[in-house]
Amino acid sequence: MLIRHETIEKNSILLLVLTLLTISVGGLVEVVPLFTIETTVEHVRGVRPYSPLESRGRDIYIREGCYTCHSQQVRALRDEVERYGHYSIAAESMYDHPFQWGSKRIGPDLARVGGKYSNDWHIAHMADPRSVVPESLMPRYAFLAANRLDTGDLTARLKAQKAVGVPYTDEQLAAAAADLRTQADPAADNTALLKRYPKAVTVPGGGPFVTELDALVAYLQVLGTMVDFADPANENLRQ
Amino acid sequence: MPTKIEKDAISGHMTTGHEWDGLKELNQPLPKWWLYIFYATIVWSLGYFVLYPSVPWFNSYFHGTLGYSTRAAVDADVAAVTKQRAVHMDRIKALSYRDIRQDQQLMAVALTAGRIAFAENCQPCHGAGGGGNPGYPVLAADNWIWGGTLDDIQRTISFGVRSTHENTRLSVMPKFGADGILKPEEIRAVAAYVMTLYGAPAGGGDTSAGQALYAANCAVCHGDKAQGNRELGAPKLAARAHLYGDDLPAVTAQIANPRQGTMPAWNARLDAATIKALALYVHGLGGGEPDRP
Repeated sequence: MLIRHETIEKNSILLLVLTLLTISVGGLVEVVPLFTIETTVEHVRGVRPYSPLESRGRDIYIREGCYTCHSQQVRALRDEVERYGHYSIAAESMYDHPFQWGSKRIGPDLARVGGKYSNDWHIAHMADPRSVVPESLMPRYAFLAANRLDTGDLTARLKAQKAVGVPYTDEQLAAAAADLRTQADPAADNTALLKRYPKAVTVPGGGPFVTELDALVAYLQVLGTMVDFADPANENLRQ
Repeated sequence: MPTKIEKDAISGHMTTGHEWDGLKELNQPLPKWWLYIFYATIVWSLGYFVLYPSVPWFNSYFHGTLGYSTRAAVDADVAAVTKQRAVHMDRIKALSYRDIRQDQQLMAVALTAGRIAFAENCQPCHGAGGGGNPGYPVLAADNWIWGGTLDDIQRTISFGVRSTHENTRLSVMPKFGADGILKPEEIRAVAAYVMTLYGAPAGGGDTSAGQALYAANCAVCHGDKAQGNRELGAPKLAARAHLYGDDLPAVTAQIANPRQGTMPAWNARLDAATIKALALYVHGLGGGEPDRP
C-alpha cells in the first residue's frame, strides 16, 4: 500500500487530479443541497422585509450586541413553545442578514416579543431595566434615547439588503426616508406605511429627531408578529 | 526513502519503512479497541441515515424510515401535556367563576396556573404580586380603573387597554394644555385643587378657582366627587394611587398633556382557560371586588 501511495506522491499530475477529485466530492456534498433551497424553505404568508425604521433598529440591535444575551429562536421543545409561543420557522428569518438564531439565553428569547409589551414599557426598560424588572441584570441603554438615528445612508443600506436577496421594491426604496419618519410619528398618516409594511408598529417618537431608541423599539415590536399562525394557510407547514 | 520494515531493537516496535537522513519512524498504531469502536460508530451512523431524516432528496428531503419529525414530536409533547391538564383546565373554561370557587381543588389549580402565567406575562409591567410600577396600575389594591370584579378583570386581560383589538378598553383624556383647552395658570389651579382631593394640598391657599374649573372640565368624566367613572375608564382622583406621580409637576403634566398607557390584548397569546385562571389570581391579590348582582 505504501508503495502504491509513493506512485501518487511522485507523479505531480496524478496527485493534482486525485486531489481535485477528492475536494470535488466534499464540495458537491455541501453545495448541491443548496440548489434545492427554494423547495426546502417553506413559504408562509405574512413575512415581509423590515420597514426602514425596523431595519435601522435591527442595526442598533446588532451594534449593541443584544444577541450576546438574547436569542431569536423558539426551539421546537415543549417548554419553549409553552413559554414563548409557536416555535420559530426558517421563513420567519428569511430576510435576516445575518439571522439572530441561537441558544445562549442570559436574557429571554425575543423571537416573539413583538406586541407583548407596550412601547412605553420598552422605553422605560431600556432607560433602566430594573425600574420594571427588579431582578434584571441587563445593562442600561438610556443613551439610545439621546442618540440621533443616522439616516444618511438609509437607502444605501436597504439597497445592500436587496443585493443579498431581500425583495425591497423600487417604491419602498423611494419612500424609505418618509416611511422612517412616519413610523416614529403617531400623528402622521400611516396608511401608506402599513400598505408597504403590514403590522408595522408606530413608536411614540416625539423628540426633535428620530432616535436610535425609536428604531430599536419599532424593531422589537415587530419580532414574531408577521406570521399569523392561526391562519389555516399557514397550518400545514412542511417538514 | 523507503527502507525495509524491521523491529527496533530498543523499543521493540516495528518501523514504518521510511528513513530520513538516518532517522527512522516507529510505527505505533492506534489501540485496536479504539479503532474498532471508531469503525463501529461509522457503521452505526449508516443506521441513522436510513432511520432518520438525513439527506436532501430531489425537491424535498429523505424523511427516514421511522418518519420522525421534530415538529410532530413537539406537537405530540404539547398535546400530551394539554390533555393531562385538560382534566382541570377544561372545567375552568366551562364553569362559571362561582362554580370554580366552590370547588376547592379546582380553585387551587386555577390559582397556580394563574400565578405561573402572571409571572411570565404580567409581572414585567404590574410587578411581582401586582404591586404596580410607575405607569402601570397596582393590581393588589381596591382602586380599579376599569373595574375589579372577575368579569371586569377577564375583559381587561382579554382585550387590553388602548390595544389593537376591536373590543379594547378605550379612554382618551383631552390634552388640556397641548390642545389649548385651558391656560397654563388654569391648569395649575386645577392641579392644586385636585391635590386637595387626596389630601396633599399644594402649599395651601384658595382653591376655589380650581374647583370651578374642575367642575366645568373634569367632573364629567372623573365625577363631581372625583370618585372616577369605570364606564369611561376615568380614574378615581380622590385616592392616593396615581399612575404618573402625585406631586404638583406630575399632576400638572398629566392634565396638560396626559400620558395614556397601553396594555396588549392577551386573547391571542393565552387560551381562554388561562385567562380565567389569571383573572382569579389577580382577583385574589388583594383588591378583588364581589360580582355585581
